[in-house]
Amino acid sequence: MSSSTAEHAESHAHGHGLGEAVTHSAAKFGMWLFLGTEILLFGGLFAAYALFRAKFPDLFYESHKKLDITLGTINTIVLIFSSFTMALAVSASQKRNRKWLIILLSVTFICGAAFGVNKYFEYSAKFHHGIFPDTNIFYALYFMMTGLHMIHVFIGMGIIFALIIMAKQRRFEKGRYTPVEVGGLYWHLVDLIWIYLFPLLYLIG
Amino acid sequence: MANGVMTQTQHIPFLAQKGLKSWILTTDHKRIGILYLITISFFFLIAGLTALGMRYELMTPELDFFRNPTEYNVAFTLHGSLMVFFFIVPGIAASFGNFLIPLMIGARDVAFPRINLLSFWIYLVGTAILLYALMQPADTGWTFYTPYSIQTGTKVIMITLGVFVLGFSSILTGMNFIVTIHKLRAPGMTWSRLPLFIWASYATAILQLLATPVVGITLLLLIAERAFDIGFFDPAKGGDPILFQNFFWFYSHPAVYIMVIPAFGIISEIIPVFARKPIFGYKAIAYSSFAIAIISFFVWLHHMFVSGISETAAAIFSFLTMLVAIPTAVKVFNWTATLYKGSIEFHSSMLYALSFIVLFTIGGLTGVYLGALAVDVHLHDTYFIVAHMHYVMIGGTVMGFFGALHFWYQKWFGKVFNELIAKISWFLVFAGFNVTFFPQFFMGFQGMPRRYATYPVEYESYHALSTYGSWILGVGVLIMTVNLILPLMKKGQPESPNPYGSLSLEWQVPSPPPHENFDEIPTVTDWTYAYGKK
Repeated sequence: MSSSTAEHAESHAHGHGLGEAVTHSAAKFGMWLFLGTEILLFGGLFAAYALFRAKFPDLFYESHKKLDITLGTINTIVLIFSSFTMALAVSASQKRNRKWLIILLSVTFICGAAFGVNKYFEYSAKFHHGIFPDTNIFYALYFMMTGLHMIHVFIGMGIIFALIIMAKQRRFEKGRYTPVEVGGLYWHLVDLIWIYLFPLLYLIG
Repeated sequence: MANGVMTQTQHIPFLAQKGLKSWILTTDHKRIGILYLITISFFFLIAGLTALGMRYELMTPELDFFRNPTEYNVAFTLHGSLMVFFFIVPGIAASFGNFLIPLMIGARDVAFPRINLLSFWIYLVGTAILLYALMQPADTGWTFYTPYSIQTGTKVIMITLGVFVLGFSSILTGMNFIVTIHKLRAPGMTWSRLPLFIWASYATAILQLLATPVVGITLLLLIAERAFDIGFFDPAKGGDPILFQNFFWFYSHPAVYIMVIPAFGIISEIIPVFARKPIFGYKAIAYSSFAIAIISFFVWLHHMFVSGISETAAAIFSFLTMLVAIPTAVKVFNWTATLYKGSIEFHSSMLYALSFIVLFTIGGLTGVYLGALAVDVHLHDTYFIVAHMHYVMIGGTVMGFFGALHFWYQKWFGKVFNELIAKISWFLVFAGFNVTFFPQFFMGFQGMPRRYATYPVEYESYHALSTYGSWILGVGVLIMTVNLILPLMKKGQPESPNPYGSLSLEWQVPSPPPHENFDEIPTVTDWTYAYGKK
């Protein structure tokens, strides 16, 4: 759906008689509103986290020790790096540098994939040790929060993939880079949510 | 784009193109509005029929119409879920919101026409999932309270998934409307000149954006709870069943205003036209929608006064609940002041608007009773709640919806309905509604609990009266429906594009409006309500 925000903004510029400036600011504004709803969606989970952590501090502390801090740290670095390449991709699209746009989007996509592979190993190790969502409330939250986040990573990767195709089709020529910028906003949110998840789940002191 | 081509297409009415494809793939906000209108009206009638079934059962104290109490539970779950999720939440906002917002602000369409179509399709998918699950059947009521929703054998996962998908549609529509109102207003259409329906739609869209994601995550948690046997809401596993109620009402109380604020907007449009006076207190009405929207996020605990919350929390939320009455009363006083010394014309839509003021005031004031702690303990889960809720939802939203149907009918469809029959059906609806629900205040006060298929014999006369009323209401809605559908089959055009002399932009274009709405985007020079000054 977010990719259709991007696509739509693109087609809008051709057909509807709205100026490029209106299209651009409308698409960005729309994405910001949507990101607000995403934060509220996760907000419910953060609220549940706060409630249960206050209720069972010891359980949270003991359970978190079994999470893999190394993999978590690697994933954090991977995602922050991907946000960096995404920001550079937006800049490349503004400078109409198609070659670098495609390279940077591809690197961002690969980072997303690497994050997913890492997560796959992390989840399998948990299952191997007999840790499942119904083990206790901490793990229930762990799987819910990281799982929902993972779905968002996949959606973000889908958007980036669509952007790569569009870039190859030369659809961002003449300064019509709105979809890249809007897609970038979404990717930054995915990154930002992880930056909160990582300390809350992995680094309980 | 060649200008010549553009001018030609503009004069074709948006309804002219035929064929299924021209409808299901349309990005025209007016057509998408019609798609919503048809769908929500269909579910409104179905859900109304289930209500008639429940009322028929309740005519006598014994169980006679349904075979067992579970069937009755299924009927009220169906009634509640269909009415809430299929009809009244998307209701006015999606149908009239889609049709009116671009026309009223002088735009050719919404900001994201394709996302607009997408959200209609998401709505249909959610509808299909939910309907499938409800037919299984379900017996949780529309609130899916834990722990029952975790224990029952019915298809709770499918239901909640359906509602989740519907929520997605709601979020996209809200986002689209906010961006449209911000970015696509015609030159001169300043914030202080905006029609009040636009202000109301804006406040509604904000609620859709802020509240819906929270119910979304709640439902995901409930799904996970059932699918993976987690214990978020199960005290045996350290969970908290009250957490579900907190989450649920954090959405569902603001959702009440998603249901009713668009109707406020409609009333604010109809009344000045038929009172031939500028609306009184324009800014107060506009801002009070936002006041209601904001306060609505801080009152959810009043649904849980008897759930064992602390007295301090209860007292605070009782106070906050009372606060809602202030902006709401501001609106009612302003509408009444608009009527004062006006030259009132009792068009059918005006009759609905006036009924709205009366009935909504009753609904609102009884809400204040329920906000008061001690009274609520007595009235909680009785028919008093049922009556209050229906005075707000039917007396408020549905009256606004019917009023809007009669007011914008000519504009939308380019046809004319029979005004006398419309007035007769209004009378039946108004009378039938009051006969149905007014007795429920009394039974509730005397202790008749809600959600029961059978009851002690002393409540029989109230229940019987209520059932007779539901028949009058049903006949009224039936006559109204036929009266509005018949003209669509006939040829004929309204005499004037602006029969009621409205100053709002949508009345300045032909009926039905051309595909692109305006030949040229108009420049607005005055506010929408300058009646009697020109």
